[in-house]
Amino acid sequence: MIHFIVHGKQDTVGVMVTDGAKGQKLTGWNMETDETLEASALQDIPLGHKIAMKAIEAGEKVIKYNVPIGDATTGIAPGEHVHTHNLKTARW
Amino acid sequence: MRQQTFFGYRRENGRVGIRNHVAILPVDDISNAACEAVAANVKGTLALPHAYGRLQFGADLELFFRTMIGTGANPNVAACVVIGIEPEWTRKIAGGIAATGKPVADFSIERNGDFKTIEAASRTAMHFLQDASELRREECHVKELYVSAKCGESDTTTGLASCPTVGNVLDALEPLGATMSFGETSELTGAEDICAARAATPEVAAQFLRMFKDYNDFIVSQGADLLGSQPTKGNIRGGLTTIEEKALGNLQKIGRKCRYVGCLEPAEAPKGPGLWFMDTSSAAAEAVTLWAASGAVVHLFPTGQGNIVGNPIEPVIKITGNPHTARTMSEHIDVDISGLLQREYTLDQAGDRLWDMMIRVCNGRLSCAEALGHREFVLTKLYRSA
Repeated sequence: MIHFIVHGKQDTVGVMVTDGAKGQKLTGWNMETDETLEASALQDIPLGHKIAMKAIEAGEKVIKYNVPIGDATTGIAPGEHVHTHNLKTARW
Repeated sequence: MRQQTFFGYRRENGRVGIRNHVAILPVDDISNAACEAVAANVKGTLALPHAYGRLQFGADLELFFRTMIGTGANPNVAACVVIGIEPEWTRKIAGGIAATGKPVADFSIERNGDFKTIEAASRTAMHFLQDASELRREECHVKELYVSAKCGESDTTTGLASCPTVGNVLDALEPLGATMSFGETSELTGAEDICAARAATPEVAAQFLRMFKDYNDFIVSQGADLLGSQPTKGNIRGGLTTIEEKALGNLQKIGRKCRYVGCLEPAEAPKGPGLWFMDTSSAAAEAVTLWAASGAVVHLFPTGQGNIVGNPIEPVIKITGNPHTARTMSEHIDVDISGLLQREYTLDQAGDRLWDMMIRVCNGRLSCAEALGHREFVLTKLYRSA
């Protein structure tokens, strides 16, 4: 059972491909490296939403598709839901 | 092995279509009623009502003519009846379509009224329809296809699964000599440099960046808050957070290898095979209408949360990687590749599924949007009329 997918080998976030529940042990797949990954959900994370793969500091670039998709607005822990509450565009 | 031939309609100018419509095309909003009456009289013809065509001027008028002529000229149209209020613009559009060699007739309502116009146009439409019904499909090669691609109601599954699957198909079509187009200018914000780097030459990259800047300058000049509209609320519900993330997911659909050989104005026909960037809105119906007017005969449409758009003359094939959408909106989804997200098959195998459906639709299978009667014909208007 795959719970999340990581797109690129440099990515710091993965994407849930099932709904994840708080505390759930998750299995993931890196599409680029074909590695099997493991993570633990810090809170409920819906399908399609992002989960942090590592600790990310406030102000740090969040990486997906091997490129930055925005800046962390707070510190983010591994397994945490990453969305509008802790990630913002770098364009504005 | 992916099937490289299909059965299509070869038109007078050599172009290949996959549908055989007799279009009843209004020049202007006030001629919609007559066109719809003709289509009601002659079952099997296709009226294309729209909202514009009066007192347009300048670049907006040029785009209008290009869109109307291109729509009638599309190889999915066998013959076309053009009806307008006055003869000048009506003849201009009919003449542009007639350059393809297909049967075209024009009717103007001034000095005739609706009744006489509808009767005369119905008689011609009936002849066109009967003649078109005798045309036979013949075996054609996929290099004769012009395929457009654009996604809608994106979410994170679009970037992970459905857009890369479309990209896989475009990467396979390109070396075979097919013609392809992508666009959604302002939606590429955040990935514009990566998109520019995919141009075949520095000149094409510069042309793309110029179109990109002009579009965004226009949006800013209107005082718009892009941050408020992009990503859309539907995107955010689906898990997309930033415009960069959305743009990068969007760009997955031009594949890993294709380079675009040129940039097109809205509704402009490509000048040869290969991948082309077209300067379009990201609104689905407007964009697909522009591609249909540029001559595209089939559209590949990745969706995450479930956009339901269709087009009257260019079949739209929906593909989703979101298992919820595939289940809850199954009547809209032609190709479900949600198994890719469970590692049930590879991206190449997902591409095989889409390729197979594309060939079937080219052979005549109705796409979901066609079967459901989605005929969104929406003209792009650059500014208000005089």
